[in-house]
Amino acid sequence: MAHDLTTRVGRLRLSNPIMSASGCFASGMEVDQFYNVAELGAVVAKSVTLKPREGLPVPRMVETPSGMLNAIGLQNPGIKAWIERDHAWLCERGATVVVSIAGSSVDEFRQVARHLRRLAGIAAIEINLSCPNVDHPGLVFAYSPDASAEVVAAVVREADVPVFAKLTSDVTDIVDIAGAVADAGVDGVTLINTVLGMKIDAVTGRPELHNGLGGLSGPAIHPVAVRNIYQVHQALPDLPIIGCGGVRTVQDVVEMLRAGSSAVQIGTSTFVDPFIGKRMQVQLADWMTQHQIKSVQHLVGAVNEWPIPEPERKRR
Amino acid sequence: MMRTSTGLVEGREQDERCPVRVDAEVLLRRREGAYWLLSFAAPQIALRARPGQFLNIAVGAPGTLLRRPFSIARVSRQGAAAGTIDVVFDAHGPGTEWLTHVELHDFIDVIGPLGNGFPLPQRKVSCLLVGGGYGAAPLFYLARELTDRQFRVDMIVGAATGDRLLSPLETKSLSVTASFTTEDGSYGHRGRVTDVMDDVISSTNTGVVYACGPNPMLNAVSRVCAERGIPVQVAVEERMACGIGVCFTCTMPMRAKDGTIRMRRTCIDGPVLNGARIAWDHTRYDVAAPNIETEPPPNTVALLEPSEAPAESFTTSRIRRWDDEAQEWM
Repeated sequence: MAHDLTTRVGRLRLSNPIMSASGCFASGMEVDQFYNVAELGAVVAKSVTLKPREGLPVPRMVETPSGMLNAIGLQNPGIKAWIERDHAWLCERGATVVVSIAGSSVDEFRQVARHLRRLAGIAAIEINLSCPNVDHPGLVFAYSPDASAEVVAAVVREADVPVFAKLTSDVTDIVDIAGAVADAGVDGVTLINTVLGMKIDAVTGRPELHNGLGGLSGPAIHPVAVRNIYQVHQALPDLPIIGCGGVRTVQDVVEMLRAGSSAVQIGTSTFVDPFIGKRMQVQLADWMTQHQIKSVQHLVGAVNEWPIPEPERKRR
Repeated sequence: MMRTSTGLVEGREQDERCPVRVDAEVLLRRREGAYWLLSFAAPQIALRARPGQFLNIAVGAPGTLLRRPFSIARVSRQGAAAGTIDVVFDAHGPGTEWLTHVELHDFIDVIGPLGNGFPLPQRKVSCLLVGGGYGAAPLFYLARELTDRQFRVDMIVGAATGDRLLSPLETKSLSVTASFTTEDGSYGHRGRVTDVMDDVISSTNTGVVYACGPNPMLNAVSRVCAERGIPVQVAVEERMACGIGVCFTCTMPMRAKDGTIRMRRTCIDGPVLNGARIAWDHTRYDVAAPNIETEPPPNTVALLEPSEAPAESFTTSRIRRWDDEAQEWM
């Protein structure tokens, strides 16, 4: 049976729903040592800021049960060097490029977005809202609907490509934040970023990460991601969603599509299996054949309710 | 993708600069002093490997997620063992503990070779190889390659105790002079490798030092070399999630030529780095540094400019290195 892997996330059209997750794919050329990364639905590069950043001291990572914590500190070459080197390479490779942008103020986001104007070979912008907000120390933009909306509005004004906002699950009401960025003009949301966590060495009493806190990723957070996607899709069915969080198997991919995402990003699993992006495409096609699903788009949001038991039905 | 007699191979098999993933058959597993030695068949990796490069091996220990990095101790390209690779490790966590239980003829999931290896000396000099604990393992591989190319090799191997000295016999057979240090004095000189370095350097007219072991030892070795003006290449060990350059967790602060500090990925710019360029005072491996926990390295640096000339590195990688550190070290 012929199956159709193409998908649409708002205005963004992809040859297949498998994307890399920002921060887990560096510039793209590292994984290209293993397979042609242009075969991915899209490559989401590591978040880029206005100026180069060297990031935090080590230790930046610690393994946790079925996951890992990281605190890198947005190490990146800065938008100018990224455009000259990484973006040029991705274009030459023929990859569908989604650029993840980060900043510590609304103005920085705006300036990074301005550098991307009229730049050929950008399919979309993803705003990394899980950045510390210099105007509100201790808080990241994604915690506040107002701060998130402000960044989104500034980026959307500059951008000439679709814009997505990557949100965190570490909020009281994800629908509230998703609604705010939707109102501010995003094409869709990426759900979810890492979940804030901490690990302490029992003997030394020191945090395992130099930064103390870090972002939890890997299979451990997959159910959290599915829950966020489901809640947002139920509340805002017209808002396109890109799923992200702990995807490791083709069942995880299908689960995210069913929860309501139109494409799926793969992050931490790339660390374990560099080929996973390619592998998921092949396995998704096989899965669809096996389950007689003709198009990826038929899976999006396809959650079936439990049958209502007879006694309850009578009560209604 | 193809299935060979040794199992599945994935990757750009035609391009020898690219690492591959191999299902490798375990051919030997035994104790090596206080450590473990694992030998497995991975001809596609053996073909590509250079001394100082490493492998990322998947482990099946419950609750673990990430692969574990192992430096390459031996590569056999000829004879009955052609296409096999040896790694030596200490079973100090659930992942390495799991590996001590693999059975003969089991298949393990190996990615490699990864990273940049030891660059060869650019002049005809005598080479001093300094190893600590099981960190001496890649130096055996390096010693063979250097000797094959007519370089003089001397070795210093140190450990906490005699049973943690890796293969003293092999050390002796691979080097012109071999020195041993143990902290408890149970074998060789009592003390640390740096206690005997001065004497060995003077008596052997050392022109270049290669070191591998715990990072504080590499710091001390680099310091001795700096005092004596001897080029030094060290294979560092930093906590690693991916091993392929995508996660940015295994970084080491390196001093660029213009004096700025840049965080380099040890998996892809290393694990072998120019010891003279490592900003040890910005690491937690520098015992002399005050308040390192509260004073992180400066955050703003110059743009990472690509260098035009290819690095003279002992590597197979096709990823361009963006630093100047690798090229001028002798």
